[in-house]
Amino acid sequence: MLLLTCPCCGVTAEETEFAPGGEAHLKRFGPGSADGEYESYMFQRKNPRGVHFERWRHAYGCGKWFLAARDTMTLEVFGTYPAQTTEPPPEIIAKIKLKRPEWEGFQ
Amino acid sequence: MTRYSAFAIAREAFRQHSGWKQAWSSPEPKHEYDVVIVGAGGHGLATAYYLGHRYGIKNVAVIEKGWLGGGNTGRNTTIIRSNYLQDPSAAIYEKSRSLYETLSQQLNYNIMFSPRGVMMLAQTEHEKRGYLRTERANALQGVETRFIQPAEVKKLVPIINLDGPRYPVLGALWQARGGTARHDAVAWGYARACSDMGMHIIEQCAVTGVESDNGTVSAVNTTKGRIGCKKLGIVVAGHSGALADMAGFRLPVESVALQALVSEPIKPCMDVVVMANTVHGYMSQSDKGEMVIGGGADGFNNYTQRGSWHHIEETVRALVETFPMISRLKMLRQWGGIVDMTGDRSPIISKTPLGNCFINCGWGTGGFKAIPGSGWATAELIAKGEPGPLSAEFSMTRFREGRFIDESVAAGVAH
Repeated sequence: MLLLTCPCCGVTAEETEFAPGGEAHLKRFGPGSADGEYESYMFQRKNPRGVHFERWRHAYGCGKWFLAARDTMTLEVFGTYPAQTTEPPPEIIAKIKLKRPEWEGFQ
Repeated sequence: MTRYSAFAIAREAFRQHSGWKQAWSSPEPKHEYDVVIVGAGGHGLATAYYLGHRYGIKNVAVIEKGWLGGGNTGRNTTIIRSNYLQDPSAAIYEKSRSLYETLSQQLNYNIMFSPRGVMMLAQTEHEKRGYLRTERANALQGVETRFIQPAEVKKLVPIINLDGPRYPVLGALWQARGGTARHDAVAWGYARACSDMGMHIIEQCAVTGVESDNGTVSAVNTTKGRIGCKKLGIVVAGHSGALADMAGFRLPVESVALQALVSEPIKPCMDVVVMANTVHGYMSQSDKGEMVIGGGADGFNNYTQRGSWHHIEETVRALVETFPMISRLKMLRQWGGIVDMTGDRSPIISKTPLGNCFINCGWGTGGFKAIPGSGWATAELIAKGEPGPLSAEFSMTRFREGRFIDESVAAGVAH
């Protein structure tokens, strides 16, 4: 059972209160983009074994989207942060590096 | 290989069963093989088997990180059916189902195929219309299915509650030729037949890297050393993303946990497989008497082979409404497997950007039923280097080209 803290309303709750929304920080490609770019946006996923940045929605709370850093091998949640970012904030990166020194960083 | 037969049992009975040999050998890897298959689950072993059986390619190694059939092959609810909506799906799943019918004889290994019938309940008007559509599509595809009325559902499954408070049973899509099989035996039977053809099955051997030469695969690096290969087949289900990363390409796949559970064994009470897709639950009774229960997959990426408790609760809650008599059954075991979900919930059997490297993945929540057909199609792809009629539509480029085989809508959720 995952415990997540919504950075929008500050509530910490277990996962039944939240809805998962897939990989975060996708680069969006719209009309006019090449087929390969559109495919990478729509379908191709990092799907890593280890540190994963992902979207969640506080579905049964404030209803807001936010982002989380989590380990897919241990289910450990490193932290959550607002959705209005294009890459993970430095404090989250530092926290992950501390616990996973071998992690190659956000790419 | 000693053939298994009634005579063999009689012979062994006279000598305290001392003559049974290991079903497959565990050799050390050679330096090079014509074909290396990564993943000794059902799909990988079936691919190797049909490579040898249909194309005479026997210099083959199947390498496995854990133990044989220890991944999703040993973790599913063993349902076999082919009542899919889309033509390419119906073709490969029906091929698979028909191969299952004679697989025990073919492999000389009892896989306990039990064509007891699979019933998919229609519990909303929308679902009923969907299954009526599937019934007609199946008729055109040559897959024998029938939409049956609630009275017939009750006759086939006396323990069912037709008038559930939330989801009354409005009918069902019935495939009489569907059923179940012994999942481990499928892997063991293929492994034994592969070993008998001289193929090497190498367990406890994890792949750590893929070597290539001018854009063509040349070897895999493993925990047991470098193994050269002319062709490489990646058949690793949930871990496909990691292998694809080693081979230098990306997949439209996400790995999530899917759970199943079994109850304490009880006397025979249900002799068909029932799937309730609206409420995310399916149930059958094993030969041991346990009620085998499967549910919905989690929504987040996960490699831990364990899922979320609330999904079990949802599944069991739904099934108790549909089968009130199970309400006081104790659950004995619960487990999870890592399933590889594609964007359209259909598999990938495809060439890859790396030359002579082929991939079979994306079976998501429903791979067991496809094992023989998937192996058949993947063997053809690897042997010829080009997809055959069964696998042509399942190319990984279909996402780029917009040729989806959309079973996420067609099949509901439970596969």
